[in-house]
Amino acid sequence: MNRHLLSIADLSKEDALRILDTAAELARVTETPVKKLPTLRGRTIVNLFFEDSTRTRISFEAAAKRLSADVINFSAKGSSLSKGESLKDTALTLQAMGADGVVIRHPSSGAAHRLASQKWMNGSIINAGDGTHEHPTQALLDAYTIREHLRDSNGDLQDIRVAIVGDVLHSRVARSNVLLLQKLGASVTLIAPPTLLPVSVESWGVNVRYQFERDLSNFDAVMMLRVQRERMDDAFFPNEREYSRNFGLNLSRLNQLSAECIVMHPGPMNRGLEISADSADSDKAVIVDQVRNGVAIRMATLYLLLGGE
Amino acid sequence: MSSDFSVVLDQGEIARSLKRIAHEIIEHNKGTSNLVIVGIPTRGSHLAARLTQMLSTLEATNVAMGTLDTTMFRDDLRGSAPRSLGRTELPLSGIHERDVVIVDDVLFSGRTIRAALDALAEHGRPRTVQLSVLIDRGHRELPIRADYVGKNIPTSRSERVKVLLTETDGVDEVRIEGRA
Repeated sequence: MNRHLLSIADLSKEDALRILDTAAELARVTETPVKKLPTLRGRTIVNLFFEDSTRTRISFEAAAKRLSADVINFSAKGSSLSKGESLKDTALTLQAMGADGVVIRHPSSGAAHRLASQKWMNGSIINAGDGTHEHPTQALLDAYTIREHLRDSNGDLQDIRVAIVGDVLHSRVARSNVLLLQKLGASVTLIAPPTLLPVSVESWGVNVRYQFERDLSNFDAVMMLRVQRERMDDAFFPNEREYSRNFGLNLSRLNQLSAECIVMHPGPMNRGLEISADSADSDKAVIVDQVRNGVAIRMATLYLLLGGE
Repeated sequence: MSSDFSVVLDQGEIARSLKRIAHEIIEHNKGTSNLVIVGIPTRGSHLAARLTQMLSTLEATNVAMGTLDTTMFRDDLRGSAPRSLGRTELPLSGIHERDVVIVDDVLFSGRTIRAALDALAEHGRPRTVQLSVLIDRGHRELPIRADYVGKNIPTSRSERVKVLLTETDGVDEVRIEGRA
């Protein structure tokens, strides 16, 4: 495996499965009274968040602490970052403090890559979301959740059919998921209005649909994406009611899904917009499992990147 | 490299060693009622399963068994590629106040066993912890000794002791590689 986790594209299928398998063993251990493992004792992991986040930051923090690492949280608000310090100077500061791993979230695509490639610091870099580019650990925890529910926690996702619905254009979660799901053998269908699909989407090797309605019973997993209003500087759809009617997962669409199909959402949810409360709280929803699995995936990632260093 | 080896235990000898160890465990613990046999993945788990089978047959009872992965508790992880994790699966009845016998294939530096003791402590407080190994090859780096030993084999540090088991390797055999 590489020293950094910047993009799903950098992982081989074997690397990805290794992370999933390691997470599965760690999940078993942390289900027992053993909550804490001494593996990363004495290492420092910095959560460097230039963008608001609750679950990802808390998830990384919980994962690092369960491995006995020291965690420093660094968020843009209330730090020198809001005074205009550059990424380079921040990196040099972290290097001087001896950070062994840096978990970075940044509004600009490529920020994690820049941090990793500029030799400003020696630590491992983990991309926790860069702009509209990638969010690799989210894709890994989604694949883990799909495997847990549909494949008995074993092997790859060959022939699993996944629908990713909604704001693909602004979604780093969708990009990482498409790459990883394809790597693991799943077939992916993107469902979105044309305005919320990236320009070159036909080169992704996925099925694309502009309507949600058709053949919903064919999917094994339906992943709803958050409508990212904070990234929308233009009108991408006429109004919320129309979006919700055409692309929201409501009760009637939920009832068309097959009995085994699971409903996923990376969070935070806009209840009533892309997903109705009925759907979010239904038996098919595995949204809370996704959050729980996130900790195991991040423990596995931290262990595999930092454990042997 | 690997063609240059000598066999120190064959299938029959491995089976006889395990059988003797099983008898010693029963004798020392005055039965099997309070025992939990805990194997260290991967080969220790298979040896533990065999021992548990023998103990259960000898005493006509079901002896509790589990596996314990020590990877995350090791103190020598740094400086080498990250190890893959094995399975940890302890009996539901737990290990509290039980007599735990840790089973591993080769006892060498003692660092795996130290990690196993730490890992075990996370799951509860056993009444006693005993250690059974198929091969003791010496060169301890920690004050750790085995209670039950299949065979003591003096080695030099540069040699490699390889335990092959039918479950993983298709054959029961203990080899020493790299002997001058």
